[in-house]
Order: sequence, then C-alpha cells, then structure tokens
Amino acid sequence: MLLAVIAFGGFQWAHQLKEGLIVAGMNQPVYWGLYLTNYVFFIGISHAGTLISAILRLTDAEWRRPITRAAEAITVFALLMGTSNVLWHLGRPELIYIPMLHPQPLSPLIWDVACISVYLMGSITYLYLPLIPDLALLRDRSPRLRWLYRWLSLGWQGTPKQHKLLERAIGFMAVAIIPIAVSVHTVVSWVFAMTLVPMWHSAIFGPYFVVGAIFSGIAALLIAMAILRKAFHLEPFFRPIHFNNLGLLMLTMACLWLYFTFAEHMTVWYGNEPDEVAVLNSRLSGAFSTPFWTMITCCFVIPLCILSFKRTRTIIGTVIASCAVLIGMWLERFIIVISSASYPRSEFMHDGGLYSPALVEIALTAAQFACFALLYIVFAKLFPLVSIWEIKEGDQTELEAELTGTAEARL
Amino acid sequence: MPTWGMSIDLDRCDGCEACVVACRAENNVAPAGPEQAAIGRAVEWMRVERHVEGEFPNVRTRFVPVLCVHCDDAPCVSVCPVSATYENPEGLNAQIHPRCIGTRACAQACPYTVRYFNWGTPKWDAPLEQTINPDVAVRWKGIMEKCTFCVQRIRRAKDEAREDDRPIADGDVQPACAQACPAEAIVFGDLDDPESAVSKLSESPRAERPLEELGTGPRVFYLKEGDWRGSVGPQSSD
Repeated sequence: MLLAVIAFGGFQWAHQLKEGLIVAGMNQPVYWGLYLTNYVFFIGISHAGTLISAILRLTDAEWRRPITRAAEAITVFALLMGTSNVLWHLGRPELIYIPMLHPQPLSPLIWDVACISVYLMGSITYLYLPLIPDLALLRDRSPRLRWLYRWLSLGWQGTPKQHKLLERAIGFMAVAIIPIAVSVHTVVSWVFAMTLVPMWHSAIFGPYFVVGAIFSGIAALLIAMAILRKAFHLEPFFRPIHFNNLGLLMLTMACLWLYFTFAEHMTVWYGNEPDEVAVLNSRLSGAFSTPFWTMITCCFVIPLCILSFKRTRTIIGTVIASCAVLIGMWLERFIIVISSASYPRSEFMHDGGLYSPALVEIALTAAQFACFALLYIVFAKLFPLVSIWEIKEGDQTELEAELTGTAEARL
Repeated sequence: MPTWGMSIDLDRCDGCEACVVACRAENNVAPAGPEQAAIGRAVEWMRVERHVEGEFPNVRTRFVPVLCVHCDDAPCVSVCPVSATYENPEGLNAQIHPRCIGTRACAQACPYTVRYFNWGTPKWDAPLEQTINPDVAVRWKGIMEKCTFCVQRIRRAKDEAREDDRPIADGDVQPACAQACPAEAIVFGDLDDPESAVSKLSESPRAERPLEELGTGPRVFYLKEGDWRGSVGPQSSD
C-alpha cells in the first residue's frame, strides 16, 4: 500500500517534469509552496535522533538506552525525505549538480547544501557506529542475510580494544553532531531570514527553527516508538517511563516554542510596520487564521493539557499529544512560508491569487510520508531497533553498582 | 563605463500599457493566457499597477509602471545559489538563463516582486511566433527571467558607436518601453553622465527611488508631484 502511494507520487513527478511547475499550485508571488514546507518539516523531524541520542548520551541519562537506535534511524530517513524535496521544487532538477560546480558562497542555500551534507554524513555515521556490535551479533546468530551482516560488521569481535575504540568514536560523534544539527536548522531558517521579506527577516528565526525542530523531532520519535512497540512487541524495552520522560521533554519544548512564537508575533504587532502587519493580520484574522489558530491549539494547548498531568501522560496520551504536535508543526512551516510569500511588500501583488496546493504537490507529500514509513519498516526488518549491546552494557553497569554497593541513579 | 538608469514620470503616465506591449514584443515574453494569468502566472517584465486613492467623488488613479530596478545592492544576487544573477560593470542586474536551476529564491527575495518564473514552456499561438525577435533568446521552462534594460539594444548601440569610433551619445539607447511610451514618460540613459537627460531628471525635486529605505540602491526612479500612497511607488512624505 505504501508502495502504491510512492508510485503515484512518482507518476505525478514525471508529469511535473514533463509539463513544468505549471501543474503545481505556486504562482507569483507565492513562488515557494508545499515542497519548501515539507523540506523544512522533515529536516526539523530529523533532530529527533540528535537530541535523544547525542544529548542524552552526553548527559549519561540511562533511560535513553532502548530508544537511541530508533531515534537515529528517524534522523537519517527524515533527512533523506527532506532533501528529496529539492528535486520536486527546482525548476530544472536535472541540473542539481550546478550548485556543486558553481556555488555562490554568500547564498544561504549554499550554506544549506553544505550543512545538510555534513549532517547527513554525520547522522549515517552516528547510526552506523553503535550498530556495529549488533551487526556482529546478527552475523553470528542470524539464520539469514549472514553475508550482509558480515560485510557491515567490519570484523567486529567485541574485544576490549575494539570496544574502547568504538566508545571513543561514538563519544566524538555525539559531541560533534550537536553543533552540526544546530547549524543545520539555523541555516535552513536563514534561507528565509536573510531575505527582506516581511516576517521572514527576523533575528529570532535561527533559534526558533531549532526549537521547533527538536519539538517536532520528539513528537515523531514518540509516535514511531508507540507504533514499533505494538508492531514488534517491544513492550519490555519501550516502557511507560520512556514515554513519560519524552513527554515531559516535549512539554518543555512546547512552552519554549510558544515563547518564541509569542515573541515573534508580539514584536511585529507592537512595531506596527505596515508591510509586516499585513502578514501578521493575515495570520491572526485573515486568510491564514484557520491554520494559524489550529497550529496554536495543536502545538501548545493540546500538549499542555495532556502532558502536564501524570494521569494523562500515558503512552496513549503522549501519542495523541505527539500527533497534535506534528500537525501543528507542519502547519507552522506552511504558515511561515506561504503567508509571507502571499503578502509581499508590493501591495499590488496581494491579489496574486491565494495559493492552494495542486494534486502533484499533495501526491508528492503523501509519497514522502509513505517512503519514510517504508524505509523505517525495511530498516526495522533488517536491523534490531533496540540497541542490544548498549542495554546489556547498561544492565551490567547497574548490576556491578548494586553488587559493589555504589548508588547509581537509573530506571 | 556608463551606469544605466531610468526615470519614469508618473505625472505623465496614463496607464496605456504601450510599454508593456513593446517590452513583450522586443523581449519575446510569451503571453500566459487568461486562465494562467488569473492564477498569478503571467510573465510581465514591465507591468503597470493601478493605485486608486480617495473616496468618490475625490478619487485619483495613479498608474505605476513597475520593472526590475537593477539594484546596486540586489537582494536577489545574494541569495542565488549558483550566481545566475549578478551585477555587471555597467550596473545592470543580469540574468544568466543557462545557469539558473529554478530555486526561485531570487523571486522570493526581491522586494519589488519583479522577477518572473517560467512555470511552463513559453509558447505563442500561431501566427504570433512570427513576431519573435531574433536578437533575444527565447527562454525555456524552469528558469527565471526579468527586465534586462533591453541589453540587446545597449549592445547594438555600443557596437554602432565603436564602428563609428565615437562614444555612445545620450539617447542612442532606447529600451522598448521608453521608445513606445506616447507620453514620453520613460527616459533612459547614463546616470554617470551629468549631461544626460536621466541624470538631470534625477536631480528633480519630484524624484524618488522606490523602497530606497531598504538600501537596495535602485536605478529606476519615479517622478511625481504631491503626496499619495502607493506601494512599490514613492511613499507619502508627510
């Protein structure tokens, strides 16, 4: 079924390649539409892995151990889906190599190319390295695909020397990937903020987008965990405490997100600069008011109500909150891109025709989500979703601590 | 080296749109058709905006021809990832069609909304394809385009001046819009030449540069008397 959705998307893309972007819904002045929205959205989701895996590793939070792999996988696949939007969006996608040959170094889009390439390499490495010991396990024990695991496990034997090397490498990646991830979404935001477009040209965009990315990333991770838990019977590993802690993190991000959103809109309202106020009014009460207030409800009100109380912060509760957050955050990207594009400084262009996505854009959006799910499922089939050796390591440490009487805070 | 600039007298413009038609014909700008134009896909290197002010019976309509103002510090140049647009030594904001990959970042960044994208392949219904000007390339789908200050005419004037071994005189270069305007509202020339008509007009107390406060350094300026509220045009000074 997923393949059918992807195939339909592919067919629509072929149609767009033949006829040109005229079959999409964009126009003057809304040159950027759903493809850019999805681009920012998926790159945002990719921050799930970084936060959980890297930060929790560095802060030695033991409860992270079962969920790091699932998070890292989200990062890689979300990045791939996000960057695929460049292909749908470009007027001449066959020339996608030209930015490599003739980059204009002052263009935020080039910074984007650089940062995302580094992030993709880093994420794949960061997914792969902790996977190696488990790949070796599969190589030794799995009844099928032995050749694949043998090749991928690089001759891992589990010696103390190898372990030390691996720990060092993972530790290094954990530290390195955080500034890379922060830079990625900052630079994505600068594609907008470095222009003079009303309500894009804002100093706050860098941190705002990073916060939004982490926020949507946690939501995606929670949903993925809930689905995997049921589908692969991972109840002993993905326990209520994980959902509880991630839920609390998500609540914190919701508050932070609201703070930034409020600051952004409040300064525009107070400053009363006409070009910016046109965009603001379109969001508060104009053409974009329905998506805007839905976004506020989904990103803040619903998560606040569900996640503030232990009683509702259950697995189902956090999943409902996460779904709301993902819908809200997608709307946030949509509103940022389209509302500013629809109300440029040239007032004459305000009647340019309100953007409504065409079939090809909707089909490609659906195809991306389907492809993401498919990649994830294939990954889950081939590789263990829970980091076996890391859990063993955690158990061992805890056991040693108990036996030797030293206190160790853990779940 | 000349620095090309243009003045448009809004007190003379009566909205006839001869400039729009002339630009279309000279630069092979294909019509989009009524359905596409209605959803915002029209390509109009020169467009005439109507701004109506006041309440009936004290109504005034201003007609403002809007085109690429060839900024000195263009927002479009900074954002293009492949340098498909740049400022040439004569002050023109040039568009390199074969380099453009169609990100449309320049279009979003332009505060005047004067950049146009080829959503589909430009086509002319028969027999209009016979009006195509051989001096100007026909563009293809997926790339950006915009006013070039009729660079082909600038080049021709330079070639002729070089043949006759003389410098370009003021008035040698007439972009299609300036040539067509029946009210002679559009004047084009070398802003670096203090004797040129356009330089003299730039000193006029009626002169204002659109969105000057953004620091774009536009090389097109409008002449108008009295205060009024336009959008891309000059703002009221009260």
